[in-house]
Amino acid sequence: MDHSPRKIFAMIDAGMKEEVLKSNTPWYCVSCYYCMVRCPKEIPITDFMYTLKNLAVEAKYYDSSDAPDFSESFIGYVEKYGRSFEMGLATRYHLTHKPLSKFSYGPFALGMLMKNRISLRPERIENIDQLRAILDKAKSLEVV
Amino acid sequence: MRYGYYPGCSLGSTAAPYDVSTKAIAKPLGLELEEIHDWNCCGATEYFSIQKTAAYALVARNLALAADQDGLKQLTAPCSACYLNLRKTDHYMGKYPKIGERTNEALAAGGLSYQPGSLEIRHLLDIVVNDVGLESIAEKVTNPLKGLRLAPYYGCLIVRPTLGDEPVDNPEYPTHLDELLDALGATVVDFPLKAHCCGGHMTQISSDTAYELIRRLLQNAADYEADAIVTICPMCQLNLDAYQSQVNGHFGTSFDLPVLYFTQMIGLALGMQPKELGIGKEIVSASKVLKKIGVETEEAEAKPERKKRDDKSLPMPKV
Repeated sequence: MDHSPRKIFAMIDAGMKEEVLKSNTPWYCVSCYYCMVRCPKEIPITDFMYTLKNLAVEAKYYDSSDAPDFSESFIGYVEKYGRSFEMGLATRYHLTHKPLSKFSYGPFALGMLMKNRISLRPERIENIDQLRAILDKAKSLEVV
Repeated sequence: MRYGYYPGCSLGSTAAPYDVSTKAIAKPLGLELEEIHDWNCCGATEYFSIQKTAAYALVARNLALAADQDGLKQLTAPCSACYLNLRKTDHYMGKYPKIGERTNEALAAGGLSYQPGSLEIRHLLDIVVNDVGLESIAEKVTNPLKGLRLAPYYGCLIVRPTLGDEPVDNPEYPTHLDELLDALGATVVDFPLKAHCCGGHMTQISSDTAYELIRRLLQNAADYEADAIVTICPMCQLNLDAYQSQVNGHFGTSFDLPVLYFTQMIGLALGMQPKELGIGKEIVSASKVLKKIGVETEEAEAKPERKKRDDKSLPMPKV
């Protein structure tokens, strides 16, 4: 994480738009929401982090982190099938981003396969056309 | 008691035992769970990172389908991320009119609409503890989990954020899972990190970060001499169970803590067989621990026997 969240807020105040959007800080937010329940001013900090991610994606400012591509791969499967697909996601993401890490993930994947906890095929919802129409419309309404 | 049931994607794959055990305990607890027809993924934490309007619309399709299904008023999700996304979308559509309008405009493209507030969205644990009730559950216990030391693990999204309404439990130090496990006859250990993050998707993106978060949780449970960790979330279960050996390798630790779902613990206390509850699919075996309460388990799949090295073959480095 290159800037602490507190510093990110100060940078926003100082108008440092490009530096903020290029920071990997929002991508390290795991959405645990501790900040939101603790903030005495009730600022929805986690939601701010999501907004910063949206803005960074729109501005294509995210070269220092793998996280955006992981998110994009995830939603790629959701848009195609209506359901998430771990096997495809993990394979696609790791092969494109960290091919060597495949080896260290070997035991993990094997264990999950042996316990029958990973589907090898994605599941598609019945009314995928309806979902796609909704998502296409939503994207046309997107205001970051 | 009738509820709309939103299983979410994990319960069809990595968390299949959660789905199996939920369905197994529903009947004895008097819960009628009606699956939402043709539900779609909630987007987890990924869709909101990329595009918010589409992310709300994705979740709202489920809300619209559920509200249309034979007058359902309550919707439950066993997965914490699904639960939060459903609840947050319902709440924000009402709180921020622009989000409500845009989301409904998107839904209209698929011939759907959703009026925020039509559904009460609740986590399965909340329903078990508050609707079924601890006394009623305690009366049904035939095989108390006596002598079993359990660490109740809540993770994040079941207790946070609080979203304006009256929170179900304390957002930083919740206790309703503790009370449930106590009612099942177990010894509930103190677990100070009970509402800390399991690392979520960080196992994929920045594994060092995730391993440290997982290590802290395992260490904390081990410090309080827990026999097992009991979870209410598929992501938490996956990270703590399936990555445990990697965490051990990374830090040179030797944690051996099974991670089970609260629904599995209820089933065992009600005298059900481990197999009916999907027990045996954990990566860290729970067999040894469950013997303490007289439960014999069989592993879902036999582990392959490692071929013994032939003494006559060339010397190979030990792995």
